Amino acid sequence: MQTDFLSMNNITKVYPNGIVANDGVDFSLRKGEIHALVGENGAGKSTLMKILFGLEHPEEGEILLKGESIHVSSPNVAIEHGIGMVHQHFMLVPSLTVAENMVLGSEPRRGIYTNIKKAESETLELSRKYNLTVEPSARIRDLPVGIKQKVEILKALYRGAEILILDEPTAVLTPQETKELFEELHLLKEKGSTIIFISHKLHEIKELCDRLTIMRNGRSQGVFNVADVTEKEISRLMVGRDVILEVDKGPAAPAEISLKVRNLTVVNDFGKNAVNNISFSLRKGEILGVAGVEGNGQGELVEILTGLQRINFGSVEIEGENIAGKTIKEIRNLGTCHIPEDRMTYGVAETLDIEQNLLADKHDSPRFTGKILTRPKVIRENSLKLIGEYRIKCGSPLEEVKMLSGGNIQKVVVAREFSSDPKLIIADQPTRGIDVGATEFIRKRLVELRDEGSAVLLVSADLNEVMELSDSLIVMYNGEITAFIEDVRSLSEEELGLYMLGIKKQTDGEIGRALHV
Amino acid sequence: MADFFNIIFSVDFGYAVLRVTTPILFAAMGALISDKAGVINIALEGMMLISALTGVIMSALSHSAGLGLLGAVIVGALVGMVLAYFALNLKTDVILAAIAINLIAMGGTVFVLFMVGGDKGISSSLASKVLPRIDIPLIRSIPVLGPILSGHNILTYLAFLSVWVMYIFIYRTPLGLRIRAVGENADAADSVGISVRKIQYTALILSGALAGFGGAYMSMGYVSWFSKNMTAGRGFIALAAEAMGGATPHGAMFTSLLFGMFDALSNSLQTLRVPAEFIQMIPYLATVIGLVIYAANKTEQIKRIQAHQNREARKGAQEVKLL
Repeated sequence: MQTDFLSMNNITKVYPNGIVANDGVDFSLRKGEIHALVGENGAGKSTLMKILFGLEHPEEGEILLKGESIHVSSPNVAIEHGIGMVHQHFMLVPSLTVAENMVLGSEPRRGIYTNIKKAESETLELSRKYNLTVEPSARIRDLPVGIKQKVEILKALYRGAEILILDEPTAVLTPQETKELFEELHLLKEKGSTIIFISHKLHEIKELCDRLTIMRNGRSQGVFNVADVTEKEISRLMVGRDVILEVDKGPAAPAEISLKVRNLTVVNDFGKNAVNNISFSLRKGEILGVAGVEGNGQGELVEILTGLQRINFGSVEIEGENIAGKTIKEIRNLGTCHIPEDRMTYGVAETLDIEQNLLADKHDSPRFTGKILTRPKVIRENSLKLIGEYRIKCGSPLEEVKMLSGGNIQKVVVAREFSSDPKLIIADQPTRGIDVGATEFIRKRLVELRDEGSAVLLVSADLNEVMELSDSLIVMYNGEITAFIEDVRSLSEEELGLYMLGIKKQTDGEIGRALHV
Repeated sequence: MADFFNIIFSVDFGYAVLRVTTPILFAAMGALISDKAGVINIALEGMMLISALTGVIMSALSHSAGLGLLGAVIVGALVGMVLAYFALNLKTDVILAAIAINLIAMGGTVFVLFMVGGDKGISSSLASKVLPRIDIPLIRSIPVLGPILSGHNILTYLAFLSVWVMYIFIYRTPLGLRIRAVGENADAADSVGISVRKIQYTALILSGALAGFGGAYMSMGYVSWFSKNMTAGRGFIALAAEAMGGATPHGAMFTSLLFGMFDALSNSLQTLRVPAEFIQMIPYLATVIGLVIYAANKTEQIKRIQAHQNREARKGAQEVKLL
């Protein structure tokens, strides 16, 4: 019987707003294992890891490391005990070099100076030891996401981490990068590290991890050997019912063109062509996926289509009208709706209540506004109807949006956007970082709207999502379209990865089929 | 017009540029260090004013210019600490707290001046000291350059030395590294156990101390007395210089020199028959124009690149039509 290397016993955490994030949770780690921690958003896994890393303090419970009780009062203490965390949002300083980021906070010195040479040689040594290749003198801002993540892992190792907490590390990676990461994690495990792997992606857990702890509603649902449970069982334990992760959808029936993009070029603030001369069409009744590693022009494309940014060159027609010079409101009036990538900035006003957020795009509609004042009764009816229809979990329509979980906030956004009879839906990362239940719901709605004749542009970094949900697919790399896949079912994940990394590119003729002319 | 050029192309003018750049340069370095730490200090103006008065009073009481300088710098640092306390402990907006300090300095210095010196305008009743000028032996005898570079107040040399010290400090020392990290991504710094608050305190205190040097120079070098509102916006000009200098020590030095030049120009042109009010406007006008050019230049760069890209795209478009 292996003894526990680390155990967290009966952890209870109640936030000041009364939400019980952890309710008597037990969690244990064996030395040298890769342990998955899964659960929906708001299930309490982030809170549990924040407690372990000293960012939050539990009301009850104790943490035992190697049999001894420890009190983790701050990240510093966690680091001293050999616990390191790789955050989902990288904790790196862009203008500093890799080596400078590595040693930040515990810099080697030579006299009054920082000993940069030593910092670089130590970085190199560590990167060789764990086969995490990085260039010590490169600046973080010049590096791709995959490398940044390696720097984060190395940073934790540099500080002597024996236990590594990885918070959804694959969310931002391509399949190839993910594969590389898994190899690196296996090597780390061989060298004696213990890894906690937080993820939503069940197939990754099956592939990588030894054991897993499932959380639901702030409680642990038990610890399992990964080999002993199926993906279905895991997801049932996560959400408490069977979830159909495969999207149930019939073939598309594309009709006339709704969105027409021709020779679109967008220059970003740094003078780079973020979108470089792309052309495609989107027809009613189909879902066109836009795949690609983040930061390859998808964001800019969406900003153009929704009117958040001006067109530099090229043309965009929505429902037969050129949107050049049109305001966001006018574009919306053409029947466009937008699920933004960053829901907290563009999707909701977090300090307003649910009702006001649901009304945000309809505040001037005669249905809700009288001659001078708004019509509270109609507005309340509308909010209650949408809350019910979209199963938004809340106490009342007057609850502040920021008190909701990520999945429910997204449902507020989706409810508002979908309730205005959209002809064109721009869905940018519609299910990012939200729980399986809400994800399933939103995907289903997208398919329903497609079948009702809406045109859907689905931008997603989640490969499963684009591949499952889209009828056709364009792949973006470096601001250009590298491939148009007419029938997504014919595409393998590996091939998609090659297009995403720009290793493979279709001929102009093949890409030109995306115009549907 | 000939008079104008006679003024500009004279040794005296060159000397004057360095002389009037000094307080701007100190304050610009103060702006730089706080900017790097992510807590912009717009109280430099008030800090300089308070330090200028402190220097006069301290040197008059102690009969020592050195102690006057020390007092000015310490008080500057203390005001920096007060700003830090408001902004970091009490969580007031750092801009609002700084505006309050500027306003307090404006009225408070006059009040204290009246209490100590019995005059609301000028400290002529106080026997304050002046910091020494330094003649540099070899450089002094170089033609043209000698009289421009030699014979300045010791603080003028210290100001230019501070640019180099600042460079080493920010880019070569561990504390400088931490300051940059905090200013750019405070969460990242926090996650490796750096106390963001401690670093920002340090930066604001150093910023205040640098403003203290600038203030001491105003009343104990530039002139030998304190007068009401004698900094006359130099703290704000320094903020503009720091921004235009691209937030680097040497960049800020060059823009400080540029603004110093206009300041010197407004001093020298007063001998010409141009309305004094117009001439006194020059340094501030130069600041506004400088910032406009700086901003326009940045936009222009982007536009140029865009135009180029558009041409390329048009070419591409024709190719697509041919398909």
